[in-house]
Amino acid sequence: MDFDDPAFWRAGAISTIAVMSIVLIMLTIDSLSAISPGGSHVPTYTVINQHIDYKFDSNRGFDVPVIGGAEPLFGKALDETAAAALIDHGKMVIQSRACIDCHTFFGNGAYYAPDLTKAWLDPAWGGWQAVTGADTREGAMVKFLMDPEQYRTWTRTMPNLGVTEPEARALVGYLKWMSAVDTNGFPPNFNQIEKRQ
Amino acid sequence: MYRSQTLAVKYFSAAIALFGVMTITGLIAAYYYINPDFLFGILPFSIAKILHINTLVIWLLMGFMGSIYWFLPGELGRETAGIWAAEILFYVFCAAVAVVAVVLIVFQYGGSNEAALWLINQGRKYVEAPRWAALGIVVIMVVFAYNVIGTAIAARKTTGIITVLMIDLIPLILLYLIAFPAISNMSADLFWWWWLVHLWVEATWEVLIGCIMALALMQLLGTSRRIVETWLYIEVALVLGTGILGLGHHYFWIGTPSYWLTIGGFFSALEPLPLLGMVVHAVYDAGAQHMKTTNRPALYWMMAEAFGNFIGAGVWGFMITLPQVNLYAHGTQWTVSHGHFAFWGAYSCGVISVLYLVLQRTRNLAIVDGSLWKWSFAALNLGLVGMTGALLVSGFVQAFVERAIGGSTLDAFISGQENAWFIDGMVARFLLAIVFTAGYVVLVWDVLTLGRRAPAVAAAAAAQ
Repeated sequence: MDFDDPAFWRAGAISTIAVMSIVLIMLTIDSLSAISPGGSHVPTYTVINQHIDYKFDSNRGFDVPVIGGAEPLFGKALDETAAAALIDHGKMVIQSRACIDCHTFFGNGAYYAPDLTKAWLDPAWGGWQAVTGADTREGAMVKFLMDPEQYRTWTRTMPNLGVTEPEARALVGYLKWMSAVDTNGFPPNFNQIEKRQ
Repeated sequence: MYRSQTLAVKYFSAAIALFGVMTITGLIAAYYYINPDFLFGILPFSIAKILHINTLVIWLLMGFMGSIYWFLPGELGRETAGIWAAEILFYVFCAAVAVVAVVLIVFQYGGSNEAALWLINQGRKYVEAPRWAALGIVVIMVVFAYNVIGTAIAARKTTGIITVLMIDLIPLILLYLIAFPAISNMSADLFWWWWLVHLWVEATWEVLIGCIMALALMQLLGTSRRIVETWLYIEVALVLGTGILGLGHHYFWIGTPSYWLTIGGFFSALEPLPLLGMVVHAVYDAGAQHMKTTNRPALYWMMAEAFGNFIGAGVWGFMITLPQVNLYAHGTQWTVSHGHFAFWGAYSCGVISVLYLVLQRTRNLAIVDGSLWKWSFAALNLGLVGMTGALLVSGFVQAFVERAIGGSTLDAFISGQENAWFIDGMVARFLLAIVFTAGYVVLVWDVLTLGRRAPAVAAAAAAQ
């Protein structure tokens, strides 16, 4: 072997890339089935009809979403088609308003505003119900999203992005579905401090 | 001078102008953290951030393209094929960037429909540009690839570096197609989005800058082609050998299976290796020449590139790449600290180095030196490294206060952001961003006046 010969290293580069690319493609095929709605890690969109919790799993060593009994969003259960349409709409709202350029989803995005991965489960919504005068958590979320400047969170205020009521409802549905995704325990300790107290 | 090289100069001019836009929008974004009421109701944080990170991508891309248009004719001994198309597209590119910026500032966002994604804002980080503009980037990249490949065909020759470059351009373009779809399922959306972002920034771009640095090294230090090409192949093998599966470090928490924790952690932990190799290479070559060169700014920026890439991308990346740490560091200012240092070290310094090489030829200078470049080199690097440190302090606070102690809720987020150490970090970052901006101003001044300040250059030449 001639280590000074560029051809030796060229062959090494080509074979390394080939092996790694094949492994990546195989893992991608497996991962795509796990992350499609109804796969091992991502729930179907109709999960928004049910109660969602986030509890410690001692076998896996971190918090995992726990799907409970019926708890329809806005009091009305949606079939598969209607739920998918709501989620599609929600994602369109997220992209058109560039939510990810202030917030994070699964920790990805911008860091000016809180992570939204488990926003549906945030204990703060209890207080927001009182502030907005809404009867339910989802009602409080809709009111907040439609007029965030009226319900100032703290020194940083979310700007009014012209979110309509249907858009706000779709967003809330999206956040509820997303909170049921198995994220390998991210974010850590979510809500655990309060539960321990 | 070839027409390709004239085009290269135009690309560098546009790149440096956009570098300025990136710096100013970065300053604005940094200031929001100190005074959230700043421009409230006029320009939201998100738009400043979008402009900041998109001009980052575009100025580097323009710098890469300028570098290739500069070196290609010399490497293959002929004018670049299809240069007329590239010349037209340069102006189209600049006009499109300007239109996108104006639309983002004036309209900011649209309704929740496809038209908004086509015309205003796609709302996916780094690829916010509306789809029509993304299509334009595809056209520009395809013509760029044609320029390179067509030139090699017309010249009936290639070199090891150009072959690597040609092959690299194919995944570079294909991966960019991920910029278009709006997949509803956030897990799947982010899964493919990382193919674009990671496999651009931590794979195809690394190979691209590797090719550019190889070409630059031959011109700057007269390093032999055999050595440069051997190193390039080693770099490619190590960068892609670790980087392709290193993609897994973005798949820890997006809903993907837990085997990515092991695979992503392991391979991304190895990602600093090729960057360390680059440092060894640069130090060896510079040492072999006893640091003697006719273009000191180009040499110093190249050394900054080697060390910055290793420390910023490699060491800072390693710090947060293991899942046990990333669980707490992910999505905090700690990531921002790494991002700034990595982009600066891996790409920006390299582009500035080539810029000085180009200036030496276009201004016909026997020696490039003087004092201005030293001031800009010092201010830019001190400002950047300082920002990195300040962001790290704020990031640590978030990891501990918001994540580990607070439990990552809204209240935990707020208590992290209101923590005195977090705020100190943000203030320090802003002040150091001003130092960085001053460095940018001096850089522009130097670039504009280099070779036109005859006495200073002559004095420096005499001193040598």
